Amino acid sequence: MPPVAPRSGDAIFASVERVNAELFTLTYGAIVRQLLTDLEEVEEVNKQLDQMGYNIGIRMIDEFLAKSGVSRCVDFKGTAEVIAKVGFKMFVGVTAFVTNWDADGTCCSIVFEDNPLVEFVELPDTCQGLNYCNILSGIIRGALEMVSMKTEVTWTRDMLRGDDAFELQVKLVKQIPEEYPYKDDE
Amino acid sequence: MIGVGKIKQYSNVLDKPLSKGKQEVSLSAFAFLFSELVQYNQTQVDNISELERSRLEDAGYAVGARVLELLCHRDKGNRREMRLLGILSFVHSTVWKVLFGKVADSLEKGTEHEDEYMISEKELLVNRFISIPKDMGTFNCGAFVAGIVRGVLDSAGFPAVVTAHFVPVEGQQRPRTTILIKFAEEVLVREARLG
Repeated sequence: MPPVAPRSGDAIFASVERVNAELFTLTYGAIVRQLLTDLEEVEEVNKQLDQMGYNIGIRMIDEFLAKSGVSRCVDFKGTAEVIAKVGFKMFVGVTAFVTNWDADGTCCSIVFEDNPLVEFVELPDTCQGLNYCNILSGIIRGALEMVSMKTEVTWTRDMLRGDDAFELQVKLVKQIPEEYPYKDDE
Repeated sequence: MIGVGKIKQYSNVLDKPLSKGKQEVSLSAFAFLFSELVQYNQTQVDNISELERSRLEDAGYAVGARVLELLCHRDKGNRREMRLLGILSFVHSTVWKVLFGKVADSLEKGTEHEDEYMISEKELLVNRFISIPKDMGTFNCGAFVAGIVRGVLDSAGFPAVVTAHFVPVEGQQRPRTTILIKFAEEVLVREARLG
């Protein structure tokens, strides 16, 4: 079969089944609320949200590759562009863009304003340390790990804390070489 | 251009205009999120009934209470239903339509008990990608939706016990899900008084 041409995020988003974003928003809110009640410490909640994101990311990458027709990205730059342009659009219907590259091309920022997770949300004084959208950073970390890139993802801007946009800094820590041949029997 | 402050900053979430609710996300994004909700809650309980009753239902309740507030404000000019049948049909059509994109398949009155009503759905959205392991018996993730329904009803002044059940359908491989609503006695007393 010839390789499928990469599709734009908009085209994929238009073709997949969708649900009302409010159901998504409120369900996410219910999760965060449960975590805050169960774990009490804001730092623990951040960790758990990141872990949940990671769990999603390692599975979501399969659907992403299957539906997007994106082939191997030559470098980290290409990868970041694909996450912002195709990944964000295809799953949550928002547009993001990549900026703030460092000199050696291993660290950049993904910036976006629309974010269905935070509709109706305001951080109370007791939760100022909460990275409310931490699930997103976990997703990116998990998904990239499945394509041999070990990354660190951190929030540098957060609209819930009064910034003018959401900004995720993605830092490539290590590119794990793929090993051939695969040994099936191990 | 993103990141240059196109979206206006609001100091308070209440100053922000309410969205029209037309935004969407992909079904798989929701399914992944829901699966994490269920998996996390599984680690917090010892048995199935606790998972349904006090965890998933509790999460759903939080959603339901907010949905009622949101819809009454946005779609009904700050009015809400006062009568039993009114609120039931509000749940069955308005709430369902907003949350799941369609009106629920059916709304019926229980035949054996006066205080029971059932909302049934052939393929409940949250159960789309769920298969129940054998050792989990009658567990139904619809408990989350039951929680939503209870959240809406309770916040509207119709306290009820709401549970989700699988009901086998003849000729179908997958069972449908029935949300069973059993209203508190006070609701029926009030309803009778209103005539």
